[in-house]
Amino acid sequence: MKDFLTIAMPKGRIFEDAAQLLRQAGFQLPPEFDDSRKLIIEVPEEKFRFILAKPMDVPTYVEHGVADLGIAGKDVMLEEERDVYELLDLKISACYLAVAGLPESKTNDVAPKVATKYPHVAAAYFREQGEQVEIIKLNGSIELAPLIGLADRIVDIVSTGRTLKENGLVEYEQMVKITSRLIVNPVSFRLKDERINELVERLSKIK
Amino acid sequence: MTRLFMFEKPLGMRDTLPDLYDRKQKIKLSIENEMKSWGYQFMETPTLEYYDTVGAASATLDQQLFKLLDQQGQTLVMRPDMTAPIARVAASKLLKNDLPIRLAYSANVFRAQQREAGRPAEFEQIGVECIGDSTISADGEGIALMIHSLQAAGLEDFRLSIGHIGFVQTYFLQILGTDERVEALTRYLYEKNYVGYREHVNELALSSIDKQRLLEFLTLRGGRPIIEKFFDLLENDIGKRAVTELQQLWDIISDFGLDEKVTFDLTLVSHMSYYTGIVFEVYAGNVGFPIGNGGRYDLLLRKFGKQAGATGFAIRIDRLLEAFVVDNEEYERASCVLFSSERRKEAFEYAQKQRQLGNKVVLQDIIGVKDIDGCTSQYVDITFLVGKSGTEVVLK
Repeated sequence: MKDFLTIAMPKGRIFEDAAQLLRQAGFQLPPEFDDSRKLIIEVPEEKFRFILAKPMDVPTYVEHGVADLGIAGKDVMLEEERDVYELLDLKISACYLAVAGLPESKTNDVAPKVATKYPHVAAAYFREQGEQVEIIKLNGSIELAPLIGLADRIVDIVSTGRTLKENGLVEYEQMVKITSRLIVNPVSFRLKDERINELVERLSKIK
Repeated sequence: MTRLFMFEKPLGMRDTLPDLYDRKQKIKLSIENEMKSWGYQFMETPTLEYYDTVGAASATLDQQLFKLLDQQGQTLVMRPDMTAPIARVAASKLLKNDLPIRLAYSANVFRAQQREAGRPAEFEQIGVECIGDSTISADGEGIALMIHSLQAAGLEDFRLSIGHIGFVQTYFLQILGTDERVEALTRYLYEKNYVGYREHVNELALSSIDKQRLLEFLTLRGGRPIIEKFFDLLENDIGKRAVTELQQLWDIISDFGLDEKVTFDLTLVSHMSYYTGIVFEVYAGNVGFPIGNGGRYDLLLRKFGKQAGATGFAIRIDRLLEAFVVDNEEYERASCVLFSSERRKEAFEYAQKQRQLGNKVVLQDIIGVKDIDGCTSQYVDITFLVGKSGTEVVLK
């Protein structure tokens, strides 16, 4: 098991893109990979072990070294600030973080409220703008917050803008562009350097 | 505030239960003996120090310091590392006639954890400091002793990465020109953000050759050839001196016969901001974090009023323990003598005789034991000295 590479994969939105990328890089992944409910999938031919994790948790597994590598969105990296190497921009699942709200709405002067899944990123962003806001942490369906009066603004990822539009929200500011990154545990980076370098090389060749 | 349950401890604080304690002591003892055999002298410093002295000199982030006030209103810190306190003692007391001093310590240090459990806020470090020696030989000795200490503890599967802060600084300065630009780029290394580093380099107004040199820097890992390759790339003397130092270091390590354990990794930029030259980290299989680190800190002593070069390293005992596969049989259990009151004297004499032979013996009044079977399973063997004298039953 020691020569296996453990890779933490994000379930959901990024998963398909990530799996496709690995296949493009010439890695043989079993068909069950895509629709399995298993949380751990081993691919002995490639000496890979994949763990399927919540996207927000991928950097945690990698930081603690239970996964050697992981694929994580830049949004998650910014929010979690984990001590891991961000080796490669995989340029998949592109989107961006944005501030949105009801059209032509103003923020509350006394205590502007911002609902988000990214409290850390949102707080830092508004602080840099010279604005003190109250952050309300939500775990999903962030678009609800301005609609029912929980918050004046939301900070969330936008890929096509459809969700915002369908809910009658508009984008106020684009904050930062997001793509997925290949991240590596600092110890694995040194002890399994040969295999990791090879993986990085194969992945960076895909254009 | 939520009401605390009686079993709770502050975030990051851990108990050391008997079997872990034993394993820890054993490892510590072998490392201590190794360090002593190299002539390093062990010493202790207080747990509490002033925030304005040791607190300010240590490189630990402010929010990670445990702070408290003394009766005079001075802010105190619980020592976040041992390097700064030892620098304080060395500068004020021990450094006398310009001779290098070799000190060692084994002590608990404190770093508050903000985020979550899973990381200790108090942990034990064992390490050495060689103060008053600015030669590369002292750096080499540090690295060799680190390797020998880990081997003495019984660890085999580990590797050291060695970097050089001075090399990074001069290499970047030569290409980028200003300190601000060097700092901006170095921050990406420190944050381990290679993607950001590459983007930053590509946005800089530089010739394509210079950009290429900066991008290639990320691949600077390996043995001696890596160093030679970059010797030619450095134009100024300070840079060449840094590379020459690395070459000499490699020679020293080869002379010690330890080059198999070592890789040069010039991208290694430690978060400990007091390092000025060679830095190194050590990694073991099974452990997700470095188990130890060290380096040269030539400017730290100046903060305590002395000019002296210094180098040292620390091993994290908690992480080192994680590197070993736990063998439950390893824990040496004691024998037990169960006695009744009429044979107390005989039992005591018997136990003393065994103890003098180096055996562990528990002396237990049989009236205090309700469950004889449960008692039996806890010990290697049980000797019954019960009832009339002359009847002695040993259960194994």
